[in-house]
Amino acid sequence: MAIDTHSPSRRTVLAGLMAGSAALAIAGPAAALDTAQARSLVNSVVDEINSVINSGGTLNQMIPQFEHLFNQYADVNIIAQSSMGVAYRSATPAQRQAYIEAFKGYLARKYGKRFREFIGGKIAVTGASEIKSGIYQVTSTAKLRGQSPFELDWLVSNKSGRNLFFNLIIDGVNMLATERTEIGGLLDRNGGNVDKLIATLKRAG
Amino acid sequence: MWRNRSSSSRELTTVSVTLSRPRRQPLRAGARGDGGAARTLPAKALPALGVVAALALSACAPAPKGGGINDPYEKQNRAVHRFNVGLDRHLVKPTSNVYGHVVPEPIRQGVANFASNLSQPSYILNDLLQGDVGDGAHTLFRFVVNTTAGVGGIFDPATALGINDQPNDFGHTLSVWGARQGAYLEVPVLGPSTERDLTGTVVDLAINPMNFLLNGDERKGGFVVQVFKKLGNRYKYSSTVDSILYGSGDSYAQERLIYLQSRDYQLGIKSKDDAFTDPYEDPYGN
Repeated sequence: MAIDTHSPSRRTVLAGLMAGSAALAIAGPAAALDTAQARSLVNSVVDEINSVINSGGTLNQMIPQFEHLFNQYADVNIIAQSSMGVAYRSATPAQRQAYIEAFKGYLARKYGKRFREFIGGKIAVTGASEIKSGIYQVTSTAKLRGQSPFELDWLVSNKSGRNLFFNLIIDGVNMLATERTEIGGLLDRNGGNVDKLIATLKRAG
Repeated sequence: MWRNRSSSSRELTTVSVTLSRPRRQPLRAGARGDGGAARTLPAKALPALGVVAALALSACAPAPKGGGINDPYEKQNRAVHRFNVGLDRHLVKPTSNVYGHVVPEPIRQGVANFASNLSQPSYILNDLLQGDVGDGAHTLFRFVVNTTAGVGGIFDPATALGINDQPNDFGHTLSVWGARQGAYLEVPVLGPSTERDLTGTVVDLAINPMNFLLNGDERKGGFVVQVFKKLGNRYKYSSTVDSILYGSGDSYAQERLIYLQSRDYQLGIKSKDDAFTDPYEDPYGN
């Protein structure tokens, strides 16, 4: 929760802690994510993707919609942190914040372009199960024109404090793994300099 | 990077060094002379089949401990990758653009369907070699429907009927038979592969049932049609391919990862990597 805000100050950290203990005290088991909730979250995401890709808009119109979609339904913080890997540990708080902001736009542009190739197609949720304590996998199938259908799996958790998806597996290809390799590659290319990585990321995707 | 929590720290160091260090080392020239060698292998290679299969079963480089990527030839592979990217930039991509602009979409689709139909007998053979009679019957049915109702395979009524394309190959067969994946390889012209998959590609060329059904000229025609199908795909998926080859921080590592993941998925192998199933435990790379 605290990392969710743009400027993690003492106040937000406190608010987060208080919200956390309040949830423990009042909500109890109700706060836990279950299979049905995970499925319903992905249903909402998929509905929005379907409506964006079939809206007839241009790519430039779709990108902000995808960014909004990621911000609303995905745990972009954890995706960004996991993508940078160990380098995140040594980054300064300002760098972390700038990186996560740049990463949000990058993710929306990159995956917006991929989803745009789904135009005329439809994604439908097919199932959900708990694959690990607190981690749910929701399966869906993408049916595109003139192509064999393929699988799109979503990993959902509430470990951030909200029900959000944090990984997407497109036909067996894992988004977190892909982005770990990608950000690692960009970091290498920039000589390990996080500020240069952030500048690159603002243009990438 | 790809470290497995259960492995010892020494192995962790080894894996992380092999994966991050050699990335940007200067690449050696060479590895260019044998471009396209794999696909020119004729059916004469058949007697060598047993030897090749035995090699694949026994001589693959051992899998790395700790669940990392098995890429002991990374340096050579990167040189080949550079060659392949150059080939795409200067020949494949421009040619595919011309093909995509000059030839109308329905004709390109017909060519792709025809090429795909020619591959079905090879899929059936591998289904049977894997003991999967059900899939074999499915693909045989698809082949019969598309060859007859689809006018020799130019149209694809089978997919419309829900009889989807189910590609199969000898690399998959080797996997079912228990062969290890072996080292990752980037092959000139052909692109990403592994020791097991490259062996499979060579064997598939040798045992393709079409070799025995078609005469020499027809086989050449079949080869040309497959090339056009590839060009059509390069055109159709241009934005995705471009983003991987020209828009990645490290296109070699990205292509390798995508290939290995897709391949595991095709073969029904579950990834053992926990870092991407629960990043909350250790987001920065465990």
